[in-house]
Amino acid sequence: MASAYLDLIRIRFLMMLAYRVNYYSGIVIYAINIGAYYFLWQAIYGAQNQLGGFTLLQMTTYVAVSWMARAFYFNNLDREIAGEIRDGSVAVQFIRPYSYLLVKTMQGFGEGLFRLLLFMIPGLVIVCLLFPVRLPQDPAVWALYFVMLMLSFLINTQINILTGLFAFFVENNEGMLRMKRVLVDLFSGVVVPISFFPGWLAKAMEWLPFQAITYLPTSVFTGRTAGSAALQVLAVQIVWFALLLVPILLVWRQARFRLFVQGG
Amino acid sequence: MFYLTLCLDYMKNYAKTRLTYRADFWIEVLSDLMYQAINLIFILIVFRQTPSLGGWSEAEVIFVYGFFMVPYGIFSAFFGVWNFSERYIVKGEMDRILTRPAYNLFQVLLENLDPPSLFGSAVGAVIMAISWAKLGLPFEALDALMLVIFIAGATLIYMGLYTALTAISFYSDAPTGILPLMYNLQNYGRYPVNIYNKTIRFLLTWLLPFAFVGVIPASYFLNRQEDHLQTLALLTPVVGIVVLSIGLAVWNHGVKRYRGAGS
Repeated sequence: MASAYLDLIRIRFLMMLAYRVNYYSGIVIYAINIGAYYFLWQAIYGAQNQLGGFTLLQMTTYVAVSWMARAFYFNNLDREIAGEIRDGSVAVQFIRPYSYLLVKTMQGFGEGLFRLLLFMIPGLVIVCLLFPVRLPQDPAVWALYFVMLMLSFLINTQINILTGLFAFFVENNEGMLRMKRVLVDLFSGVVVPISFFPGWLAKAMEWLPFQAITYLPTSVFTGRTAGSAALQVLAVQIVWFALLLVPILLVWRQARFRLFVQGG
Repeated sequence: MFYLTLCLDYMKNYAKTRLTYRADFWIEVLSDLMYQAINLIFILIVFRQTPSLGGWSEAEVIFVYGFFMVPYGIFSAFFGVWNFSERYIVKGEMDRILTRPAYNLFQVLLENLDPPSLFGSAVGAVIMAISWAKLGLPFEALDALMLVIFIAGATLIYMGLYTALTAISFYSDAPTGILPLMYNLQNYGRYPVNIYNKTIRFLLTWLLPFAFVGVIPASYFLNRQEDHLQTLALLTPVVGIVVLSIGLAVWNHGVKRYRGAGS
């Protein structure tokens, strides 16, 4: 059974590989994206050396790494699930001898792996050449970061699955999907590091899973969080991963009774 | 006339489908507005750290954002084909479109109408009006006229750009497409372009003219002189027409290449 899931990863990876041309242009677009942010931050910093606990150099690194990490963990599982619920093909998935949600996660991972190898790594190399980015020297930090990146992927996927499953309850959740995408970008810290948020909002963020996706791991990678605090970040991620399983299983159980196929 | 009745019929159709999912309509309006609110939050967070962004004050940047929301809302209402490649190319629905007499792009757009996005335009207009008063700018009859022209021009730029980008699906058969990647770029046209370096400024002004849907036309009203922004603003409708023509040309050429999915 496990090998069936591994095959799903492989198949999705190969499927992405068939359409790889887009990703070459994608690297350029991401580089422009990071560049635009770099100049935006430069203007925000002006003459100041430090803002929100970041120097400009740390900020550039933060922006580059967080965007590239986003390239890895980002997926459209929410849209896929919502689409399959809407056109009714999810009914067929119910009768197959595998876990639908696990299948989706594996497909997402295949996609993520593809993006990691053909998008994130080459993209990061190019960005490092273009902008003043300083990556950590310590191999232990790299290793820790990769574990965290995996957890980022899992947590983001869980949030995507939850939003996707909402299509069982509202027939058309296009608007919700869009909102979720922007919310995750803002609250995970891709757009602005959480330490820039006004106090009450930053406090509220500590109680939400989003910062475990980007802000916390990237803070470790850029060296702002080190030592035992870094391990604490890992713990926070694991706790969120475990906690998010609960609503997913509850919604999934509810959803089976709610399913009605809208034509198709 | 034929196109007008077609448009009305599709609108009626849209209303009917929407009345089936009534609650959902409001969720969509709400989430659209939330999306805009989040972008505003970013601006507010930025200005907590610094009094000016490349010489622009908070009220000015918010004004630009208000302006930007208006054409963006109109554009999103009439151009919602984000999943064009999956729906029309991979699933072969383009075949159905091509057997009908009306212009193919027009049909595709009508099938994907999204009027709730216009709420975003309304909110943008309100934001612009408030910052207009806050900045103490004079308002003359000419300003109203220019506003209409600039909004029309900016909408044409969006339409043209995204028509061309959507038409890429005819040339490369990738399912995910380049659109989601591009999506973030448009946001940079809302910030003062003078903060970017030459390459990015050139890109945002002339290659993917997103600066022409936000900061450039808005500087006409703000009297911003740097980099001749105020004069450049007058080009907005021209750029709109040029970009739309290019977009349509790419699209029409692409449609000729379309071979059907064979599914």
